[in-house]
Amino acid sequence: MDTMLYRRRHATNYLILSMSFAATAAGLLVLFLIMWSLLKNGISALGFDFFTQNTPPPGRSGGLMNAIYGSLVMTAVATAVGTPVGILCGTFLAEFSRSSRLAMTVRFINDILLSAPSIVIGLFVYEVMVVPMGHFSGWAGSMALAILVVPVVVRTSENMLSLVPASLREAAFALGAPQWKVVILVVYRAALQGMLTGVLLAVARIAGETAPLLFTALNNQFWSTDMNNAMGNLPVVIFQFALSPYADWQRLAWGGALLITLAILSLNIIARFLANWSSFEK
Amino acid sequence: MMRRQRLGDTLFRAITRGFAFGVLLLLGAIIASLAAGSIPAFRAFGLGFLFSTAWNPVKDTFGALPAIYGTLVTSFIAMMLAVPLAFGIAIFLTELCPPLLRRPIGTLIELLAAIPSIIYGIWGLFVLAPVLQSTLQPMLIGSLGEIPLFGALFAGPPFGLGILTASIILAVMVLPFIASVSRDVFLTVPPLLRESAYGMGATTSEVIRNIIIPHSRIGIVGGVMLGLGRALGETMAVTFVIGNAHHIQASLLAPGTTISATLANEFTEAVDQIYTSSLVALGLILFVITLIVLALANYMLWRMGSQEGA
Repeated sequence: MDTMLYRRRHATNYLILSMSFAATAAGLLVLFLIMWSLLKNGISALGFDFFTQNTPPPGRSGGLMNAIYGSLVMTAVATAVGTPVGILCGTFLAEFSRSSRLAMTVRFINDILLSAPSIVIGLFVYEVMVVPMGHFSGWAGSMALAILVVPVVVRTSENMLSLVPASLREAAFALGAPQWKVVILVVYRAALQGMLTGVLLAVARIAGETAPLLFTALNNQFWSTDMNNAMGNLPVVIFQFALSPYADWQRLAWGGALLITLAILSLNIIARFLANWSSFEK
Repeated sequence: MMRRQRLGDTLFRAITRGFAFGVLLLLGAIIASLAAGSIPAFRAFGLGFLFSTAWNPVKDTFGALPAIYGTLVTSFIAMMLAVPLAFGIAIFLTELCPPLLRRPIGTLIELLAAIPSIIYGIWGLFVLAPVLQSTLQPMLIGSLGEIPLFGALFAGPPFGLGILTASIILAVMVLPFIASVSRDVFLTVPPLLRESAYGMGATTSEVIRNIIIPHSRIGIVGGVMLGLGRALGETMAVTFVIGNAHHIQASLLAPGTTISATLANEFTEAVDQIYTSSLVALGLILFVITLIVLALANYMLWRMGSQEGA
């Protein structure tokens, strides 16, 4: 017996497996380090003032109320616009035309848009909305975010609709229901939780997006509810404040970063629970 | 009654089809508007815009080369760092991890992808860059920097910010994408193949090398390309740590710039038409590069998927 060969094979195996273990540990370590620095630097900023004061001029104390409001409103508008578009497109792909040439093309393009650089979406909205309107606006920011919502919702709603068993549709057809009633009253209902997961993931995706807002919503250091005007928002405020030389501003930036990260991570975890829950039911 | 129902069907189908067309139109509209916006720049500088290293807003001369170079180099180094780590994670999750922990650990790795770009930026600037400046960078300069020719890559003072720091941040950001695609692809290997190999006495590393990797090669390449597509267009994190210098320097420790970082830093400050147009032209170049990479990635993943069905 050639024991050398065995020993060498086992040594290689041991080496490869410990390297893969180390890689996973490194990935988890980075997540832990990021969360730790966010908590360490950001927790002290999250006081009462943080949520009730507007962004201050340098050297004064303040909070991020206007930016939090702007982010919430723009995210809500973007979700409200992007979700129906995404669901209808996903419906076409899953219900009406699974393998036509149009469906294949749309699927392919949608997957590309899913990973397309968000800053280019910002440039696009700048060209088609900000330039014609002549000024930055909350609407333009919302549109840029809505364009990012669409591909996420298309992808998840198509997948979720395809999971609905064909027998459910056939049962409804056998009762004489037309297709639009089958889709809206039966298939949508069966896939509701899954589609909700997709929407939550889309919200999580846009909540921290900074690049598309730089040239669309810009920023506004004052309280403003006018969507037709430049609008404050958390990501751009974090960007400006973090790169500023003022300690107060940097502290607020860390606070905002902590707030956004906690919100996004919880959205992701809730979405995962929803997805698991609905798959257990089936 | 019947007629009304049928009308409803036609209408509903037409509406969904319309929105599907909308997605196609969106891509066309993005390309068209960027192309239209970049006409003045290309008219002024010609195709030389792509190869010029000039970037002077005062004299209104612009060239894309430093930004293109920075984009490609940071993404390339990021892939060299991220791909081995991502494979390690995918192997751990499919072969090593006890089944009970598989889900939680997979989820934690995927949460890395959920953290917004700007958070990586602020972390890279305030936490990672100072650490690199005092530890890794002096070490690289002292060791690899001494080698003739090759050492030029690691020459100069340790700034902390620069091409290498940006690459490391990018590597962390694309890691979860490559890892989760590779994991999914590894899982498509039929258990029968895997078990036969183990039955013949193969070790885990031999199963990985001789069964899993050959079986999922296209999918792996697709996953890597997907990560590359993400890295090329990544904006905020890079903007924080790259240093924003429109120069091409051999040293990886020197500051540089990327297309997306240039846009994020300069677009709102660009006042005259030719400056704005040059920036839009940069955006167009970035979009075309990422489109090609992502199209290849999706084509490979799609082929992997159809192979699975056969």
